Amino acid sequence: MDKETKRILLDPLHLKNPITLQVLGICSALAVTTKLETALVMSAALTFVLTSSNTVISLLRNRIPGSIRIITQLAIIASLVIVADQVMKAYAFGVYKQLSVFVGLIITNCIVMGRAEAFAMANPPLKSALDGFANSMGYAAILLYVGFFRELFGSGKILGFPVLEATNAGGWYVPNGLLVLSPGAFFLIGLLIWVQRSLSTELVEETN
Amino acid sequence: MEYVNIIVKAVGPENMALAFFLGMCSFLAVSKKVDTAMGLGLAVVFVLTIVTPINSILFNYLLKPGAMAWASPELAEVDLSFLGFIVYIATIAAVVQIVEMAIDRYSPTLYGALGVFLPLIAVNCAILGSSLFMVQREYDVGESLAYGFGSGVGFWLAMIALAAIREKLKYSNVPPGLRGLGITFITTGLMAMGFMIFGGIKL
Repeated sequence: MDKETKRILLDPLHLKNPITLQVLGICSALAVTTKLETALVMSAALTFVLTSSNTVISLLRNRIPGSIRIITQLAIIASLVIVADQVMKAYAFGVYKQLSVFVGLIITNCIVMGRAEAFAMANPPLKSALDGFANSMGYAAILLYVGFFRELFGSGKILGFPVLEATNAGGWYVPNGLLVLSPGAFFLIGLLIWVQRSLSTELVEETN
Repeated sequence: MEYVNIIVKAVGPENMALAFFLGMCSFLAVSKKVDTAMGLGLAVVFVLTIVTPINSILFNYLLKPGAMAWASPELAEVDLSFLGFIVYIATIAAVVQIVEMAIDRYSPTLYGALGVFLPLIAVNCAILGSSLFMVQREYDVGESLAYGFGSGVGFWLAMIALAAIREKLKYSNVPPGLRGLGITFITTGLMAMGFMIFGGIKL
């Protein structure tokens, strides 16, 4: 694997993570992570949409006029999201209900638009597909981390299986309700950013 | 009274930014200064109040199963709801464009104040989110007007509050790894706890 492919694949996981460093796609990262299962399904949906949108936009990049590129990109992304939405409705209705509006909101997920603008509009299809995939993996890593801790300590379960016996089910563990609510998600990501930037000090920001 | 209830709920316990995490990207990126936060916040209130009822009309009279019955009885079976996403996003992009041109023409001062924030709003998830919630909760046109306005105001309030805190944070000594984005997340988390006190209020 040559150096550039490696860079495209590995950078989004740590040094250029879409959520903790590029500050893209935070809405869904926080909203669908009360359970690990929804986080997994959401990551899969985003991987599909981002990889294919990057590929399609890159294939069309020389034909899209600059002045209407935003609406063209939005139309492509919205069509792909409709596909993902319909497939999910057909095969995973339970999770679909829990994700509610957040499947539709992939359209305005800044990662998709951001990567289309920053990468797919200027690079050939294969590279763009790799970039889309790698960024989805960076996104998925954060989602799974947040989802894991929120489900484990918020309800004492992992993927629905009880790990820490919760008191309301006759066990010993008192679930931490804060983690299930929205502030818990903010704190978890804030702490992750702290850890990440303490490990790689070149990522530290100068000012507040 | 019902309308007031919808507005209060959308501002407080169901705040777009702090409870549903919508519009987070611009919420975090544009909240460094109170002035710019004010500009974007007002633009969001404005666009949400216009877009949500328009999308509600489109959904109720074109897209939902049986909605086309008013045109001719043959169309009564048509269900176009799967086209929802693309219709809403097109409406939003179009409205943002029209609003931008109208403000530019009739109120140059307001245009100057909102500036670059107007086009950004087309891809703000809070706008699309409120349309999707409106559909999911089956609001009628009047209710969606109230809901759009309420969620806009909620977003605006949260945004100004965060910007004010961040302006003060400049003078504090934050641990290096937490500087910038990290401390902003923690602050937003604390604010979200604050907004939760509105929970359960009913008028």
